[in-house]
Order: sequence, then structure tokens, then C-alpha cells
Amino acid sequence: MAIWLDENSRIVVQGITGGEGSKHTRRMLASGAKVVAGVNARKVGQQVEGVPVFGSVADAMAETGANVSVIFVPPKFTKDAAIEAVDAAIPLAVVITEGVPVHDTTEFFAYSKSKGTTRIIGPNCPGIASPGVSNAGIIPADITPGGRIGLVSKSGTLTYQMMYELREFGFSTCVGIGGDPVIGTTHIDALDAFQADPGTDAIVMIGEIGGDAEERAAAHIEAHVTKPVVGYVAGFTAPEGKTMGHAGAIVSGSSGTAQAKKEALEKAGVRVGKTPSETARLMADIMRSL
Amino acid sequence: MDLFEYQAKKLFAEHGVPVPTGKVATTPQQAREIATELGGKVVVKAQVKTGGRGKAGGVKVADGPEDAYEKASAILGMDIKGHTVHSVLVEEASDIAEEYYASFLLDRANRTFLAMASREGGMEIEEVAATNPAALARIHIDPLTGVDAAKAREIAVAAKLPDAALDGASTLLAKLWKVFVKSDATLVEVNPLILTGDGRVVALDGKVTLDENADFRHPENADLVDVAAVDPLEQKAKEKGLNYVKLEGQVGIIGNGAGLVMSTLDVVTYAGEEFGGQKPANFLDIGGGASAEVMANGLSIILGDPSVKSVFVNIFGGITACDAVANGIIQALDIVGNVTTPLVVRLDGNNAEEGRRILKEANLSVVKPVDTMDGAAKLAAELAAAAA
Repeated sequence: MAIWLDENSRIVVQGITGGEGSKHTRRMLASGAKVVAGVNARKVGQQVEGVPVFGSVADAMAETGANVSVIFVPPKFTKDAAIEAVDAAIPLAVVITEGVPVHDTTEFFAYSKSKGTTRIIGPNCPGIASPGVSNAGIIPADITPGGRIGLVSKSGTLTYQMMYELREFGFSTCVGIGGDPVIGTTHIDALDAFQADPGTDAIVMIGEIGGDAEERAAAHIEAHVTKPVVGYVAGFTAPEGKTMGHAGAIVSGSSGTAQAKKEALEKAGVRVGKTPSETARLMADIMRSL
Repeated sequence: MDLFEYQAKKLFAEHGVPVPTGKVATTPQQAREIATELGGKVVVKAQVKTGGRGKAGGVKVADGPEDAYEKASAILGMDIKGHTVHSVLVEEASDIAEEYYASFLLDRANRTFLAMASREGGMEIEEVAATNPAALARIHIDPLTGVDAAKAREIAVAAKLPDAALDGASTLLAKLWKVFVKSDATLVEVNPLILTGDGRVVALDGKVTLDENADFRHPENADLVDVAAVDPLEQKAKEKGLNYVKLEGQVGIIGNGAGLVMSTLDVVTYAGEEFGGQKPANFLDIGGGASAEVMANGLSIILGDPSVKSVFVNIFGGITACDAVANGIIQALDIVGNVTTPLVVRLDGNNAEEGRRILKEANLSVVKPVDTMDGAAKLAAELAAAAA
């Protein structure tokens, strides 16, 4: 079992003809994911990696039964691409693109919310992978086999690191929600889905400095999550007022600190590792005890 | 990117938000000339990107050109909370009847925009929020509909602004929203927003933060960068397309992925506690690719920092395999040349063993491969302490 991405997922790639789009289409196909369509209005009828290109997401859905979109278009065009996916009422749209203006994201997120038919993951994220089942985005498919740990993370490479350290147990689904200030899917959304998923026994949650998403997630865990959760927060030593790589990773005054996030999580009963490896060990102990 | 007050007010004026007439000066002579041009009483205001400049003595009223010269002389060069004053804004003195507060900002938690407004302005808004929360109106703005005349009036009314200021404030708020949207700001703040003796509503101060992700549609923003304040290494990294932040320590850091690099800074700091407080010298994310060229660019920037005594290269091979990264490191050392600073390298993930073997066989004295992140952090801190 898995959340949001399973054996019935049929992927359409928006921006399939670009460098990143075609490269990751190839990788997704190699991992066994069902990539059934691409979109580029100026290249209708062509094929990329054997995948047919359509003029719109709606056309691709009608012709191929696609139900997940992965968006690789440049920042300038990302808002239009996301709105096109929402207009087609595709159930899941994964926005990989980094560098999307936050006004654009806030707008397309509000639009998707008003329509209520599309879940957006990202932007500025590695996507979502249900190891051994399907892969929508750029998460390397061969790090870990399938298993019963769920993972939700703001960071791509830390996600891979955690998948690698816990590969002996395997993962049901790994969701990279992205490091931008405004994102379509939050830690809380993923926690709820993992809590409801019979294929997930325990959850790893990775956060980082900036905003208060982790504090909110902590309160949510305390009230609604009964499965064991292990946490990690990056950026304890980040200076105030500096953006650390991710657009959303910034401590502003006394808000958004890693310390506050760690304390909130621990108060909610979440075991928080001091380093990624210690976090993995905490989860390994839980998996062995189940 | 935060703007100076004079830059914020220029943006305001371009969108029709009323601001006092004024100009920026970098010398007392210029301040005198501007005061002569304006005539009458002027205010000389330190241009620094921090709050509390009034209390620090960075805002002074001057009676005329000579006094403006004196006041500017006193303010220029001042240190306000670690910020040196390089310029002053000289503007006409305003006849202040009342002071209010207004802002539009990104509300991360609710993933929307927020208007905040209050009848109590001129002081730190955090203080108003803490001591008298009822006095601070918070109104969510639907990103799809924005702020029209009716919404602007709703904000002014919710802030309990007096009748005399309602029309003026509503008009100003609608224009301020245009500034927020058209310039891709994440914050536009006016504190104080004033009602003048003759009944006008004017933005007496301005604070603007711009979203750098939107720079591609604002080429004019390049002129707003405070070149004097940019760290030269950060500037060099930016030109090479690298994500680099200068920090205070001795251990140079290179990693792939923002989260992993942030985590590396933490792990190095913890490890450094055992070695006399060794700390990370920088944040540098070379991204998923980690090609030889990118690695060489990153290394040359880090080794250009004289405080760096050791380097920790922390790579998780995901999209790029570790054998490719190992070859990249070896080539990068060749490109940079004459590297004597020890390089602790941790490779994990895809083809990690092959990568480690390549590094070992290359037998380079400066390269110290370590299998785990925690172990590598410890060695990097130890080597930095030994070189100090």
C-alpha cells in the first residue's frame, strides 16, 4: 500500500520535451513507473522516450487515462502549467520546478483550492515515490525497496539519505513536499494520509528552519496521529536573516528556528534525532520493536 | 531582498502611494543641496535595513540647509545595530496629526496574503500585537481577487481608523496593494502611515521585501542591490550560479541539496565543540549534478576564504552516482591546483563504494575519505583545529 501514488498511477509529464523533463521521463520509465503522456502544445504528435506528446493536460488525460502530472516547466511558465493541470481536474500535480515566484504559487494554490479537485505537491520538491510501485518526480528509484515506513520531507537529499539509511526496512511512500515558503501539500496532509494508510506502520518527518509548519505538524500529531513518528530538523546553526538554499529556509527574528521546531515535536511525543543518522537509528529501533 | 526606505518610497511613488518629497544623499554637501531645493524644515533619515534607528539617533529634524548639513554629518557613518549608515534620506518635514500602521504580507502558514492595519502606528508593530492585539486588524486577502476599493475600505474600517482618514487610507491601501503585487513583494509595510494636519494620508516610512525568485520579470531590481553590503565571496558564487552563504567558522562546507548542507552545518558545529569550538565557514549547495566543473567552482570559492582551515565535502549520490562525484573531486583539485587544505570527503548512496575506491586509489594526500557523515564532521573539525 502507499499514499497518493500507487500501481494505478498513470503519469503525464508537463515539459517533457525540455532537458530535465526528458531526462527524468527516462528515469521514471526505467524505474517501472507508468509514464503515459507528455504535454507541449507546440510538439503535439511527437514522442519523447517513446511517450506520446499531447497539446494539453486535458487531451493527455482523455487519450491515455493519465491521473498524475509531473511539472518540469521553467519558473516563468509554472503558474500557467499548474493552472492547466487544475483546469483538467487531474487528481495529483507534482511541481518539481525550483525558483517559482511565491506570488505565482500562492495564486495557483488558491486556484486549486477553489476548484477542490487537484492535490498539488511542491513546488521546489523532488516529488513522490512509492518504491517498487511508482515514481513521480526525481527521487532516485533504486535507493530502497518497498516497505512500511512513510516519509515526508522538505528536503530532497535528506530524503534520499534517510531512505538509504533505512533501506533494510523499506518505504511505503516518500513525499518531498519542497522547501518553498508556500507549498501545495504540507507535513500535516502527509501525516494524515500515512495515519490512514494500512500499508504504513511508522512515519519519518523531516523539517528545516523557516515558517511554523513543523510546529503545526507537532500539534496535529499530538491530536490525530497514533502511529510512531520520528523527526529531524535541519538548520540549528543557521544564522538569522539568511536564506539557506531553499527559498523558505530562513530564520526571521526569533521565528522559524530549528530549536523551536524540535521542542514542539518532542512535546508532541515525537522522537527527534540530532543528526540524520541518529534519526534513522531511532526509526530502526521502532521498526524492530513493532 | 530588503529595500532601503528611499527605494521603497520610490516604488510607492511609482504606484501613486503618497510619500513626502525627498532625495537620498551620501554626503553632507548633498544633504545641504537637497534641503535648499526643498526649502523649509526637513528630516534627515539614516538609510539602514534595520529597525529602531529613531531611538539610535538616526532620524533628525533640520531647520534649513546648514542644519541639514550638520545633521547629515552626524548621521552618516553612524553604526546602528551593526549597520553602517552610508546614505541619508532628506525629505520635507510632515505635519503629523496622527500615526497609523498598514502592511500587506505573505502569510506562509495560511498560504495566502494578509493585510494588517492599526490605528496605533509609529511604534514596533510586534509591540502592538503583544500588548494590545485588539488594536491590530488582520484581514486575509484572496490571492485570486486581491484588494479593490471595497476591500481597502474594509481594511481601514477594521483598523478603526477615524472618519477623517478613511477615504485617504482606503485609496492609499488599494495603491499599496498594487505595489505588493506588481513588484512581487513578500512584505510592504508603512509605519507610520500618517494623517497630516491638512487631512492627507501619507506613507511616512516604507519597508519592502522583494521575492528574488521573481527577479526574472524585474530586471530593474538589479539596480536595487546594496553592492557595498554584499560579501565578495557570495558575489563570486552568485556569478557562478552557486548557492553560497558566508559564515563565521573555519570548516569549509560543500554538499548537494539545501537540506543536507544545513544538516552538515549542524553536525560540524556539534563535532567542533570537542575541538575548541570549530564551526562551519560557509553554506554551499552545489545541487544535484555535482560535476567536476561545479565542484571546482565551489572549491575555489571556499579556498578563497582565508579563514577556511579544512573542507568537508558531503555528498549523497542520488541522481548523480558517487563514482562520478569522486572523479569530479579529483578533476576539480587538478583544475584549482596547489590545494593544501585538507579535504574530508564523505560519499554515500548510489555507487558509494566505487566512489570511495576511486578516491583511495587516487592517493591524494589532501583527500581524506570517511564513510559516515558524523565521522567526517569530526575529522574535519579536528583538522581545522590542528591547523589553527
